[in-house]
Amino acid sequence: MLFDSYQTQGFHDEMFDAQGNPRPEARLLLETIQSLEEGQLLRSQKAAERLLLQMGITFNVYGDSAGTERIFPFDLIPRIVRADEWEWIERGLKQRIHALNSFIYDIYHGKKILKDKIVPEEIIRSATFYRPQCEGIDPPLGVWCHITGTDLVRHSDGQIYVLEDNLRVPSGVSYVLENRDLMKRTFPSVFEGLQVRPVAEYPDKLLETLEAIAPPGCSDTPTVVLLTAGIYNSAYFEHSYLARQMGIPLVEGRDLTVEDKVVFMQTTKGLRRVDVIYRRIDDDFLDPEAFRPDSLLGVPGLLKAYRAGNVALANAPGNGVADDKVVYAYVPEIIRYYLAEDPILQNVPTFLCWKESDRKHVQQNLDKLVVKAANEAGGYGMLVGPHSTALQREQFAQKIEANPRNYIAQPTLALSTVPTLIEDHMEGRHVDLRPYILFGKDIHVMAGGLTRVALRKGSLVVNSSQGGGSKDTWVLSNGFRKAVTP
Amino acid sequence: MMREKRPLLSRVADSVYWMARYIERAENVARFIGVNLHLQLDLPLAPAHQWQPLIDTSGDTAVFKEKWGEATEDNVIRFLAFDDQNPSSIFSCLRFARENARSVRETISSEMWEQINSMYLQIQLQRAMRQDDALPEVLRSIRLSCHMFQGITEATMQHDEAWNFLRLGRMMERADKTSRILDVKYFILLPSPVNVGTPYDDLHWAAVLKSVSGFETYRKRRGRITPIDIVEFLVTDQEFPRAIRHCVDVAGDSLRQITGTPAGALKYSSEQLMDVLRGELANARLDVVIRTGLHEYLDGLQTKMNEIGDSLNQDFFVLRPEKRTGSVQNQTQGLAQSQWQKTGGAPA
Repeated sequence: MLFDSYQTQGFHDEMFDAQGNPRPEARLLLETIQSLEEGQLLRSQKAAERLLLQMGITFNVYGDSAGTERIFPFDLIPRIVRADEWEWIERGLKQRIHALNSFIYDIYHGKKILKDKIVPEEIIRSATFYRPQCEGIDPPLGVWCHITGTDLVRHSDGQIYVLEDNLRVPSGVSYVLENRDLMKRTFPSVFEGLQVRPVAEYPDKLLETLEAIAPPGCSDTPTVVLLTAGIYNSAYFEHSYLARQMGIPLVEGRDLTVEDKVVFMQTTKGLRRVDVIYRRIDDDFLDPEAFRPDSLLGVPGLLKAYRAGNVALANAPGNGVADDKVVYAYVPEIIRYYLAEDPILQNVPTFLCWKESDRKHVQQNLDKLVVKAANEAGGYGMLVGPHSTALQREQFAQKIEANPRNYIAQPTLALSTVPTLIEDHMEGRHVDLRPYILFGKDIHVMAGGLTRVALRKGSLVVNSSQGGGSKDTWVLSNGFRKAVTP
Repeated sequence: MMREKRPLLSRVADSVYWMARYIERAENVARFIGVNLHLQLDLPLAPAHQWQPLIDTSGDTAVFKEKWGEATEDNVIRFLAFDDQNPSSIFSCLRFARENARSVRETISSEMWEQINSMYLQIQLQRAMRQDDALPEVLRSIRLSCHMFQGITEATMQHDEAWNFLRLGRMMERADKTSRILDVKYFILLPSPVNVGTPYDDLHWAAVLKSVSGFETYRKRRGRITPIDIVEFLVTDQEFPRAIRHCVDVAGDSLRQITGTPAGALKYSSEQLMDVLRGELANARLDVVIRTGLHEYLDGLQTKMNEIGDSLNQDFFVLRPEKRTGSVQNQTQGLAQSQWQKTGGAPA
């Protein structure tokens, strides 16, 4: 009954093939769902939502009055990823992070890639998140992107593409961990049958990564802290969740002080030295002496302490230079340049408005393309051509002409769908996938990630600020094929 | 592998301390209202002034008068239970407790957080529904929820430095509330020490005991109801959990565990003040106190407790960037600032 009227509507559906037959890896889950009593799924869904509110798993909504918290809507039907496909995604992500890390290091040191004219120098000079303050800094282990949340999407051609790299301060991983807990309570039997790969080791791996980058010469167990902007930050729940899971102090800027280029936290017994800071506030607000002078959230003198090698910061300030969407377009070249390999994961074809020929094409095809500002995130500053009005297109045409460097355009992707419980039945809703990648001594990719789902019918925008929700992501382990298919 | 004992952030200690105080305050306000509702049923003449003392106990007389005017039952209950403009209402207390808890979720246990969160969601709902009939039940359930929170705290939180700050906050608040209710009731009932024995005295004094859940214990320990015995019991009993002396003793023990100062020595000014107060309570002669002025005595106790609060602030909570500023922060200003932060200012 739940699936009676289910249509894939020409999209790639993660659970059903084009003929409407369940994919092999989804069969067990489907059977379980169909064996449930009528209304059971809806009841479980409501129970899950109540639980989220009870546990205070909420995000703060900006622009609303202080104290407005919402739960991040959660859908019980997971996205399933086959073991062999995941193995390929994982290799692709590792390759990409390796190359991007080499790129960021190069940008703040020799700039070889610019001299070799692989990436145009003017792009870097004009990148919003390029930080001249970080020139010549040598972070521990040479790592600049310790925690990355790469956004992946699948188009109707069945191919997976990288949409964004999110190297700066990616969020959402706490929802992955909490979603999994909820799912285990709801579908314990399916978990046993399917051999879903666990995600629970993430906080351990994260702590391991953070301890690995402690400045040389500090004690055996370095003091690691998580720096938050405070309880009014939209991701505050995640900050406190991760601090709790890792057993490290959650600090605010006002808890820290820098003396003689050494960072201390203010405790009831006086000042205690801090070795590693997992900072969850943007570069801009990190240190009023180095970046925005009006920042009240940061720690004056932090960058000096970091440059002196007395404290490690994750992620490294300045790494956002590779988040620029114009730089993104060069990532395939960046991979070839540093690794002498072909990219495993594909980029979405990208038109750069600062190139005249590209710009002409973009202006003529605004109704078909998605136009994005080069340095914005969260679904802001974006034109989705096929869903736009003539007036919106006119406004974007002007913006592009006024500042071509700041705009890129991509074909409108038909994101894949996953069945989603809408009232009492299933409808397909578009999803993306954000795996989390840790880089300390080596690179670790979490098995799965945050599947974000656009809950509004037909919507392609999955951001939580714009009506998005989340699903659990089930990466199957290799044992699955033998266990279920004959 | 055992990790080295983690130092406690000053801000976290501050928030844990205030979280505990607000929970305790909410519980006390709920109990005061409940007892008064009950007492009213026993008093056929229903004195008009019966509700005003409750406002005085919580110390917000001016705020109340400005917004609500006359101290009718209805006004007082709404003000004390649900008014978000009243910083001491049950609703506000639970809101502040939750805000503080939210900022220290990595320090307290998940179970504690879930309990505070569900208490807040519950009062929010009741505030919206406003069913007068259900009020006694609502108050009872708030009291139980607060007790449950204390139990959850004991059972799930590491008994570490943060826990000691929590206990310190709870006990300082409890001592303060007991002294206030005694002060207000005494003031009403005994304007002069010789004027004892109006018909409803016993009922009122029994109500005082009930409002600190002390009626049964008192009976066991002291028997008949006499004002001097009651006052002595509530001020100097060492074992009754809401007696001022007991609260200050426990608070003092927690403080010592926090500082790690060996017995006989005093390292911090808060320790010195606490030590003095403990000594005073141990040696108090309440018959003498009552003859010379109970109100003045209680007032003195409150002042000393406030001084301890201020010095706790100086000793542990105030962020002192030692080398960066030359000026010593003004005590009251620092306190005001930290209060403001607790009551939810502008989004960062």
